[in-house]
Amino acid sequence: MMASSYNAKDEDGNITVSGPGGGALRSKKPENTAFKQQRLPAWQPILTAGTVLPAFFGIGLFFIPIGIGLYVTSNNIKELEIDYTGSDMSSPCFNCSQSFSWNSTKPCTCTIPFHLDQPYDSNVFMYYGLSNFYQNHRRYVKSRDDSQLNGDSGSLMKPSKECEPYAYFEKKPIAPCGAIANSMFNDTLELFYNNPNGTKVKIPLTSTGIAWWTDKHVKFRNPGGSNPNFTAVFQGTAKPVNWRRPVYELDSDPENNGFINEDFIVWMRTAALPTFRKLYRIIQKKDDLLPTLPRGSYTLEVVYNYPVRSFEGRKRMILSTISWMGGKNPFLGIAYITVGSVCFFLGVILLIIHHKYGNRSNSADISS
Amino acid sequence: MFRKRPPPEEERRVRANDREYNEKFQYASNCIVTSKYNIITFLPVNLFEQFQEVANTYFLFLLILQLIPQISSLSWFTTIVPLALVLSITAVKDATDDYFRHKSDNQVNNRQSQVLIRGSLQNEKWMNVRVGDIIKLENNQFVAADVLLLFSSEPHGLCYIETAELDGETNMKVRQSVSVTSEPGDPNNLASFDGEVVCEPPNNKLDRFCGTLYWRDKKYTLTNQNMLLRGCVLRNTEACYGLVIFAGPDTKLMQNSGRTKFKRTSIDRLMNTLVLWIFGFLVCMGVILAVGNAVWEREVGSLFQSYLPWDPPVDNFLFSAFLSFWSYVIILNTVVPISLYVSVEVIRLGHSYFINWDQQMFCSQCNTAAAARTTTLNEELGQVEYIFSDKTGTLTQNIMSFNKCSINGQTYGEVADPLGPQPKKLDFTPFNPLADPGFCFYDDTLLESVKVGDSHTHEFFRLLSLCHTVMSEEKSEGELVYKAQSPDEGALVAAARNFGFMFCSRTPGTITIREMGQPVTYTLLAILDFNNIRKRMSVIVRNPEGRIRLYCKGADTVLLERLHPCNQELMNITSDHLNEYAADGLRTLALAYRDLTEDEWEAWAESHRCAGKATSCREDRLAATYDQIEQDMMLLGATAIEDKLQEGVPETIAILSLANIKIWVLTGDKQETAVNIGYSCKMLTDDMTEVFIISGHTVQSVRQELRRARERMIELSRTRDGGKEEGTGGWSEACFMGNGVREGQGRDVAGGVKQLQCSPPPPSNLTDNISGEFALVINGHSLAHALEADMETEFVSTACACKAVICCRVTPLQKAQVVELIKKHKKAVTLAIGDGANDVGMIKSAHIGVGISGQEGIQAALASDYSFSQFRFLQRLLLVHGRWSYLRMCRFLCYFFYKNFAFTMVHFWFGFFCGFSAQTVYDQYFITLYNIVYTSLPVLAMGIFDQDVPDHRSLEYPKLYEPGQLNLLFNKREFFICIAQGIYTSVVLFFVPYTVLSDATQSTGVPLADHQTFAMTTATALVIVVSVQIALGTGFWTVINHVCVWGSLGSYFTIMFALHSQTLFRIFPSQFHFVGSAQSTLLQPVVWLTIALATAICIVPVLAVRFLKLALRPRLSDTVRYTQLVRQKKRKAVSRSAGGGWRSAGSVSEGRLGTRGGSRRSGYAFAHQEGFGELITSGKNMRLSSLALATFASRHSSSWIDTLRRKKHTHTHTPPSTSEECSSAPSCVSGSVPPLSNSSSILGGSQDTPIEEDVGTASAQNTQTVPTSSAQTQPALAPDSEATAPQDSALALSTGIFTSPAVRYHGGDSPGGWTVSLGTVQEALFGWKGIAVHTNASNSPGAPSVAKETSQLE
Repeated sequence: MMASSYNAKDEDGNITVSGPGGGALRSKKPENTAFKQQRLPAWQPILTAGTVLPAFFGIGLFFIPIGIGLYVTSNNIKELEIDYTGSDMSSPCFNCSQSFSWNSTKPCTCTIPFHLDQPYDSNVFMYYGLSNFYQNHRRYVKSRDDSQLNGDSGSLMKPSKECEPYAYFEKKPIAPCGAIANSMFNDTLELFYNNPNGTKVKIPLTSTGIAWWTDKHVKFRNPGGSNPNFTAVFQGTAKPVNWRRPVYELDSDPENNGFINEDFIVWMRTAALPTFRKLYRIIQKKDDLLPTLPRGSYTLEVVYNYPVRSFEGRKRMILSTISWMGGKNPFLGIAYITVGSVCFFLGVILLIIHHKYGNRSNSADISS
Repeated sequence: MFRKRPPPEEERRVRANDREYNEKFQYASNCIVTSKYNIITFLPVNLFEQFQEVANTYFLFLLILQLIPQISSLSWFTTIVPLALVLSITAVKDATDDYFRHKSDNQVNNRQSQVLIRGSLQNEKWMNVRVGDIIKLENNQFVAADVLLLFSSEPHGLCYIETAELDGETNMKVRQSVSVTSEPGDPNNLASFDGEVVCEPPNNKLDRFCGTLYWRDKKYTLTNQNMLLRGCVLRNTEACYGLVIFAGPDTKLMQNSGRTKFKRTSIDRLMNTLVLWIFGFLVCMGVILAVGNAVWEREVGSLFQSYLPWDPPVDNFLFSAFLSFWSYVIILNTVVPISLYVSVEVIRLGHSYFINWDQQMFCSQCNTAAAARTTTLNEELGQVEYIFSDKTGTLTQNIMSFNKCSINGQTYGEVADPLGPQPKKLDFTPFNPLADPGFCFYDDTLLESVKVGDSHTHEFFRLLSLCHTVMSEEKSEGELVYKAQSPDEGALVAAARNFGFMFCSRTPGTITIREMGQPVTYTLLAILDFNNIRKRMSVIVRNPEGRIRLYCKGADTVLLERLHPCNQELMNITSDHLNEYAADGLRTLALAYRDLTEDEWEAWAESHRCAGKATSCREDRLAATYDQIEQDMMLLGATAIEDKLQEGVPETIAILSLANIKIWVLTGDKQETAVNIGYSCKMLTDDMTEVFIISGHTVQSVRQELRRARERMIELSRTRDGGKEEGTGGWSEACFMGNGVREGQGRDVAGGVKQLQCSPPPPSNLTDNISGEFALVINGHSLAHALEADMETEFVSTACACKAVICCRVTPLQKAQVVELIKKHKKAVTLAIGDGANDVGMIKSAHIGVGISGQEGIQAALASDYSFSQFRFLQRLLLVHGRWSYLRMCRFLCYFFYKNFAFTMVHFWFGFFCGFSAQTVYDQYFITLYNIVYTSLPVLAMGIFDQDVPDHRSLEYPKLYEPGQLNLLFNKREFFICIAQGIYTSVVLFFVPYTVLSDATQSTGVPLADHQTFAMTTATALVIVVSVQIALGTGFWTVINHVCVWGSLGSYFTIMFALHSQTLFRIFPSQFHFVGSAQSTLLQPVVWLTIALATAICIVPVLAVRFLKLALRPRLSDTVRYTQLVRQKKRKAVSRSAGGGWRSAGSVSEGRLGTRGGSRRSGYAFAHQEGFGELITSGKNMRLSSLALATFASRHSSSWIDTLRRKKHTHTHTPPSTSEECSSAPSCVSGSVPPLSNSSSILGGSQDTPIEEDVGTASAQNTQTVPTSSAQTQPALAPDSEATAPQDSALALSTGIFTSPAVRYHGGDSPGGWTVSLGTVQEALFGWKGIAVHTNASNSPGAPSVAKETSQLE
């Protein structure tokens, strides 16, 4: 193709066009539309002092109050964090953390006393926190089968390849498959109020309502629909390797058992960062007059099942109240106050600069 | 297509009328295929071509990587969707292109031609014509293939062709058949013609052919003179027959249209470099993360195996790191997004369309709009530093008009008072019914003088009608058309015709003219032809009374030496006139005669015959005899011809040079002509410090001249700089005057600028510390030396210090060499503009080639990247479209890199928190759609539609063009700033959510730090931040921008909610992991607080920096500085107009003009070739019809004249175009013009009187004169022009005073609205700035408000 740039139509280009005689020639004049002539009406904003400086002050005035509000709200939230990893000799859980094996049948329990200086009003939320636990690792994140968890019976018996190496155990499909499910947090935490009279009162913990609505009702479904006979439904599957019980024995309540067990669902919602907390239980407020957790001393009883010391992880228990903006979060308020002040400050500086050197920019605007 | 090519031909053998014989050689058929694909081959071939692009292959490679599960960090569709989109867009574009090629191929292949088959003529399609066929061609037909001319209907086997398509020359060329084949005289004999041609194989040399014809055992040599090439058009020849030698792809036309060199813009190159750097950066990041991965897997991952065991194939950390490297390459590849190249193409395409659509680059006379023939160079139009221009046809129209003359010491045609009313165009019809209505002359005293029968005047025009080599031709009955070798001659003969001395016809021995209506036949005794050395031509004729007279016209320098001594006094007067004419930039000729006695003639004729017969040194001897008789002549007078510039050339050049673009004129013309044009188009001005002329013939002399020029420049600029300090007094004075004008306007805005403008002038920082305006004129032969390797730098350094450079007598090759030279040494963007085939070389070698699709065919336009029909469109192309394109492209690239870095680098930071596992932050659908949906349209809209200043502003302030030349808007520094900004944004976008969300919970107590919430928050913040950024970056918010920006944001939320909906999840549970995330995340106040915080942190610094830049270092400072420059100019304009307009500027600087006068005078500029005299006297080119025309004069009747005139009107010229032709005379064209020149000349002329008054009176005048004059001159257009008249008159005000863009802006619509004589342009140019505020008002709201403005002024 040597003559690729040659356009045969060009060859007779002139003949048809030239010649002033042809009065009936179609005019090739481009259309006079605003679009084609690039004359579309347009808004042409310029960064002038009149727009920029008010913006800065506006941001400042807007952010600082919000920041203060956030900070105050955050400060009113009460939060208590207890590390029960047991890496210290002094820690009550030291023994449990030392003598660990996945297969041990005898649960190891440790109790941690603590004291609340202030009463906790309204609902109190109980979290477990893990550190240095890479729930966001790529291989970890993808190691699940969402259609199995959604109750697809085909996937139940044939888990996705993504679940490898936790897809099959002894030729039987694992339900739920994958590394995430396999590593599910299985410590049991219980809370006791130490009455001043010496008795221990167990604090009732609600284990439902801790997962996302869509997770509980859409994303996770048990196979076999509403069939309450889980044993039959899960027949032919194996429990995850690390689990002590099969998935259908996680809870006695059929609405909170199997794949729709909320502890399981919460675990399956992987964390974004290696240090994270997950909602464990809710302590419902019973009485309007009494605080949910009155001031006093408490005991945390941990059934220590979950090993973290191998990878230098930490385990925590967190008690927290909550406001309209969620849990304790002082950073947000401080950040807002900082940004707001910086804006305000910048606004002032720019105003000064503008005032001092403004003439030049002024005249430039005019002459443009 | 797939047929095996035969081995290259050694020679070609063709036997006429013998298809079987010719078949053996498998010559290409006449079918041309320019298309690339057919339906079946399209997909594979196109895909193959596309994957030759590195970028596409790279993405294919990524796609393959993603199919490996251990590496795949992203789903395969994140790459394949954009890739498929890109490939299909390109494929669709290629397919449409090819479809049109198919269509035009078909059209050409199916043209009909007549082929002689077995003795009879048969109609055949072009594609079926074979080598060896004899085809018949008729007048005005295209030649179907390269044919050997066998027979012509014209005598002597001559035929005429026009080769405009081929080499761009419009003049006719003569081809002659081999005498032996034309002998039979009967085309039917050709059926039995069985000659065999042996010739060279196909090549692309248009001017060469060598072959041999074997016929009847005889050999005949064939040359290019015998060939008719494909692409030519047959003219003036009834029919001819030819033997097809080369067909289809073998024809010279096709061989010449090879693949054009692919041009890349500097932005392209920069972009490629940057993309490579980014690749390097990508690899670096990959390595860092891979090392991190290795460390992590060893330190943490190995311990973490109880929860996350290593994959069986990945059993050690090193291998894992290796895989993670590739995984990160996949994730981070979005720093070089696949959509970059496509977006750039789309933007350029859009810009090209805007060029094509621009009404202000549409020429209504030739009905051609500007065309961007390549769509890849637009932004480079905003960076041009050097323009190389052809002269003829580009700067000038190549139309000569008889403008002035001096007869017997009396000058005619001078417009008496430049300030007075424009004189009326002379109407010749009552006096001379045969006059050419296209001829314009303004001085009726000359006509009076002819009428009263002044003998000198009569003799003057008699000479003009006799002494030339023009051929006349009777086109149709009675319609006389002159065929002149050069337009100068044509203009002179036409002038004589109008003044009653009409050249009718010639035979080899006679010339018939009609003197004042009476046919007179002169016996032509001799033509003493023109040549470059003699610079004159003469004829010797015997009038009917038997008196012999020699008429001579020639360059005044030559002719004035040969006058009889008694002419001394007349010579002095005429010499003065000649000086005047030359100062006006006119081409001058002196005319003289000499009476010869019979004896003298006999004696001379004898010696002439001897000389003619001489075998050795024939030329010299002839010249000597000519010289001998051209003595002692009597001076008749002088003529002045205007080489008409194209419209708007001087002010286009002025504006372009204000934009710091250097303009070089490269012309094949002589030095005198070129310099003349240089002056008339204001490239050279009398204000120039010095004009250097390099005309040495040897290397040494050229080197010396160049060095001397440079030394002189340095010396002069030193003295100039020294003098500047003393000149400040005058400077402030000028400021005062300028402000006087401004305040007279009553514009308070002007007051603001005032102070600024009176600050001292900026130090001149011209290249090499040379200040002052210099010009260089270099001759072709000197240029040849200057282009030698060791002289190059010398030449470049001298030439580039000059404001204007004129190279004359250059060959097409030299033109290209000069362009290459600048490209090589200056690293500047060059633009070449030309219209002829001789410009193709430089058009192709320059960065940007612009073709004027004008008179000289379309060869240049075909080779060009941009084509339009008027030189003046160049300023719009560069200063408006180019500037915008550059600006848009730069802004686009800055933003594009920014947004992708902001997007991608988040993954990098996340890598440190996810064990370097190549986990993505975002949802995979977000990654797929981010570049092609969420952020593509706003940036495209900005890249296509953005404007910083409106178009007329950038023409008013040419300095705005400079950032492009200096490449300020997008360079490596800007790139790094963008990248840094992008990285900063990514840091904010990652760490703000990180710190906020890590401990935050929903209001239901559920933690927010899960991966999906984090992804949603970051993604939403990202989309919002980049949208705010584009909003800040967009300077011109049209509806489309609004739709794109808001639409993109809207589409983000819509698509997110859709993808996270339960419906989709129920259908594909394993594909949509993010079900419900959008709902539960975006309802959280904390999330929105986080997004707002991140946005503020990203945007506030940017806003502050931009504001500071605007306040402290405004980019518009260029503009401000520019207004100052205009003041400076204005001062000059004032001193000029005090001297009575620019024309007499010469008198101001008399001393200097005197030294230069020689070069400007005697622009004896016959674009003439030698030898036509001989052709005439031999009678070879005489056609029977034209011989018959000799009797033409006695054949007419009054009714015949009527038909003739009617024909002329209806057939050849429509009235508007007629008036167009004499656009040098504004008054004859349309109502808008006379007031225009009036007002401006008033402004220029009387500086002291307040402006309002002038303007007021001018406008009052205008409104009165306009309707009447337009009705008179253009009856046909009367309704139309009346409608526009008020508008025009109002405009005339603004245009005249202010700026020429405004003239074009409105005037372009009405024919002739754009007719500004040089003087007005000049004044308008210097005057416009003073009232710049007005232009704004007059341009934007349109005509009515302008009218209002005017009345306010009154």
